[in-house]
Amino acid sequence: MTITDMPANVPGPRSGEDNGGKLLDVRDLHVEFHTRDGVAKAVNGVNYSVDAGETLAVLGESGSGKSVTAQAIMGILDMPPGKIPQGEIIFRGQDMLKMSSEERRKIRGNKIAMIFQDALSALNPVLSVGYQLGEMFRVHEGLSKKEAKAKAVELMDRVRIPAAKERVSDYPHQFSGGMRQRIMIAMALALEPDLIIADEPTTALDVTVQAQVMELLAELQREYNMGLILITHDLGVVADVADKIAVMYAGRIVETAPVHELYKRPAHPYTKGLLDSIPRLDQKGQGLFAIKGLPPNLLKIPSGCAFNPRCPMAQDECRSEIPALHQVTERDGAELAGRASACHFWKETIHG
Amino acid sequence: MADFSPDAEATPNVSEVEVVDAATEDEAVDAIEAPVERGEPILQVRNLVKHFPLTQGILIKRQIGAVKAVDGISFDLYQGETLGIVGESGCGKSTVAKLLMTLETATAGEVFYKGQDITRLSGRALRAVRRNIQMVFQDPYTSLNPRMTVGDIIGEPFEIHPEVAPKGDRRRKVQELLDVVGLNPEYINRYPHQFSGGQRQRIGIARGLALNPEIIICDEPVSALDVSVQAQVINLMEGLQDEFNLSYIFIAHDLSIVRHISDRVGVMYLGKMAEIGTDTEIYDHPTHPYTQALLSAVPVPDPESREGRERIILTGDVPSPANPPSGCRFRTRCWKAEDRCAKEIPLLAIPERFAGSDSPAAHESACHFAEEKDVVHA
Amino acid sequence: MPDLTKTSSASEEAAAIVAGTPVTSDAGPAPEKPRSLGADAWRDLRRNPLFVVSGLLILVILLVAAFPGLFTGANPDTGDQANHFLGKPNLGHVFQEDWFGYDGTGRSLYARVLYGARNSIIVGLGVTILVTIFGGLMGMLAGYFGGFWDSLISRLTDVFFGIPFLLGSMVVLNAFTHRTVWVVTGALAFLGWTQIARVMRGAVITTKHADYVMAAKALGAGTKRILFRHILPNAIAPVIVVATISLGTYIVAESTLSYLGLGLGGDSISWGGDISDGTQFIRNYPHVLLFPAGALSITVLAFIMMGDAVREALDPKLR
Repeated sequence: MTITDMPANVPGPRSGEDNGGKLLDVRDLHVEFHTRDGVAKAVNGVNYSVDAGETLAVLGESGSGKSVTAQAIMGILDMPPGKIPQGEIIFRGQDMLKMSSEERRKIRGNKIAMIFQDALSALNPVLSVGYQLGEMFRVHEGLSKKEAKAKAVELMDRVRIPAAKERVSDYPHQFSGGMRQRIMIAMALALEPDLIIADEPTTALDVTVQAQVMELLAELQREYNMGLILITHDLGVVADVADKIAVMYAGRIVETAPVHELYKRPAHPYTKGLLDSIPRLDQKGQGLFAIKGLPPNLLKIPSGCAFNPRCPMAQDECRSEIPALHQVTERDGAELAGRASACHFWKETIHG
Repeated sequence: MADFSPDAEATPNVSEVEVVDAATEDEAVDAIEAPVERGEPILQVRNLVKHFPLTQGILIKRQIGAVKAVDGISFDLYQGETLGIVGESGCGKSTVAKLLMTLETATAGEVFYKGQDITRLSGRALRAVRRNIQMVFQDPYTSLNPRMTVGDIIGEPFEIHPEVAPKGDRRRKVQELLDVVGLNPEYINRYPHQFSGGQRQRIGIARGLALNPEIIICDEPVSALDVSVQAQVINLMEGLQDEFNLSYIFIAHDLSIVRHISDRVGVMYLGKMAEIGTDTEIYDHPTHPYTQALLSAVPVPDPESREGRERIILTGDVPSPANPPSGCRFRTRCWKAEDRCAKEIPLLAIPERFAGSDSPAAHESACHFAEEKDVVHA
Repeated sequence: MPDLTKTSSASEEAAAIVAGTPVTSDAGPAPEKPRSLGADAWRDLRRNPLFVVSGLLILVILLVAAFPGLFTGANPDTGDQANHFLGKPNLGHVFQEDWFGYDGTGRSLYARVLYGARNSIIVGLGVTILVTIFGGLMGMLAGYFGGFWDSLISRLTDVFFGIPFLLGSMVVLNAFTHRTVWVVTGALAFLGWTQIARVMRGAVITTKHADYVMAAKALGAGTKRILFRHILPNAIAPVIVVATISLGTYIVAESTLSYLGLGLGGDSISWGGDISDGTQFIRNYPHVLLFPAGALSITVLAFIMMGDAVREALDPKLR
């Protein structure tokens, strides 16, 4: 049996020419929170990587550690109570965890930018949108006020905010939810970063607006050949834009796969359960499959495979041994590129 | 003056209301307690309007306009069915829920519950209605009082309506309810923050069931829950519907879940009903452009079927309900809009071109240019 | 810096984990014991050194106020001018009559500090109780019913807010020739209730829009039940915090008034009055001023510290 503990690197269909060095490589990352009730192990050895022009979707429920991982990458984790006991976050060949805070600050916003779910609370309500957009240029590139404002208008045009020139002096609350999210995207794009981390960027938006924003994000990513980490709980949103998917559960990656493969043939019972528990739009199903039980308490993660109390396939082995991320193969042993599953019974899961 | 009945004519194709003229409170309560046959209308909403006044001034308030949250909608709810109501934020679906719960006073229109207009009831008759129509809230983190134990929360309905359960019986009843919704009855003395989201929503459902209601209005009951827990709660609600013979009004923005649970679906846009019909009619044969756009925008967790589907990406945002467009409210974002749409408010009715046809497209749709278009299937 | 670095909703997950609360909690059987929010706050409080220190101090002060006779046999009202006139403190004589020395009429300062605690505490507690009840009720009325009541009460609090607290009480107290503890308490409460009313109004307005209040209304709950079962228990926390902190300021106010000769009249012992007496000897006999002033400072500090500790425990946002 082949065991890959290395990050699964899937050459995505949209990735650019240079596949040599990875843009971002997260290796064996651990994050824990020290609380008065004990140590909450939020991230327990996460490996993933993103290339330029590639979209990695990190899928998981609340408490899966998907957002905490992103915060660790951005360096915006509250420490304490947060702590990174081990792991590496390698950006363009350099471990960011070993950098000084000044070096990290230069990367943040400049090379790696983040888009949040709630654009209203991420924008400063007392400053005009144009000022906040222009701030990036004034601080990082030393432009004058006037030049910065012109740049702001240009950015607003680029994220297709109508009447950008007239609206540049408006305040965040004067924009609708969809428009505010566009402003957030514009802000993230301002310094043309290499990597964007989008944490549930469309969750707060309506379906029709969601589609617009995702489309815009995908288009800009292609245009700038940026890496994109899309953090979401929505299997539907992922299906639209991602190249590869990493599914997280209780602070671990339980499955990685190219996007089409994952939906067609999930190799982990958790992924399979999630897919089965979503009702379909195009036909009326009968009963809905439901994963039993509740997501685990991070203060006492079940021994062995964290999913074992909820898993229909769980055996004794699952309760005692933490499954490694196995390379997934066809029945005949041919390796499936970029596919891995952290399940003792991945063969049974994928091949039935 | 604002025109409070934009749809001057009564909307066709909703069932006849048999108004019960209760002379006394006793008669009214009797009528409310009377059973309804399965498949008969239990709740009939007619031209319901809710405008929230916009005021100016500190001591003396002057009305300067109104947010037209709900602007003349009509529908029926039949005994034992689930009516789904979908729409984007600001379409008025949550206001409808509050109006049906009499948590807000309607500006105009009627809500007939077993033939009695609940917007005009008071006293004992209103209490009887409140007992029979219950609600499950969206956010399980805010809908349970954090200072009360689970037993107090689920038992509160009995304290407010002591006639339902004698005092000595209540603890047992609460434990039964906990069991019914799949929680350990021993949890009775715990506080809400000791439970996860899914468990809290079960507590909310238990509270809703306590008084043996006939109708439960569910306002986005699963949207705050994790995907893996959503299915559990949906299955629980479906099971309870069969067990207790409940009628649901299921308000949500997630179109897939609404299709799964609903028998009929109404699509709302800016305070009006755009289209209403059975789930097949709406999802497989939508005729209103808004429904089509909404359905086509839903992200589907299946990249293969996704690629074959046509996507209609609407431009712009939903206009403000304080100043909705004239004529058809959707016209500002509609690719079919013509002059007529700005002038004439389209009525919610079976479109002329489908009149008399057996086709599933022949259902009520408020569009001048209604046309069938399948956007869900590749 | 741009706001990109600001965590908003993204930190909720982490926050939830940190709070050790529900989002991710309990696979299978939930936590062992029922834990009310009050019990949680109490658990936090007990571990807070700020609370322990201020709590012990307040306990001692209360004991002294209730039974000053337990701590000294000396009489605070009479002194032997001949023997003790402005006697210096004898710091070795712990708990004895001459520990803090004597004042200008030969009275034991130690005894006066002890007996002075009672009036300060009565005024502090009395004003706090009065303003909490009256201001709390007014705030609840304004916040819950809104509309006309809100406009009326809010304007009324604005008017009171415009009156400087001390100046106002001086004017009011000036009208009384016989100023007992109760008169001073009443005057301070009359001018002080608006702060609590404002805090309560804000808390009630936030709470009344909570879903659980809506849920209770949907069940057909009456106004009384909604107010006292659902809104009050959830809106009271900031009021408790403000009340605890302002208790100290009421004590200061009483002392200031006494210092100015507009506080407690007649033979009442008050730290403020003693401080006032002490100022004339400040050059050569500073102890006459320092001991009552120290007692006042420690008492006020204890209540403010207590208020801070309570706020930390009750305010979930600071956790």
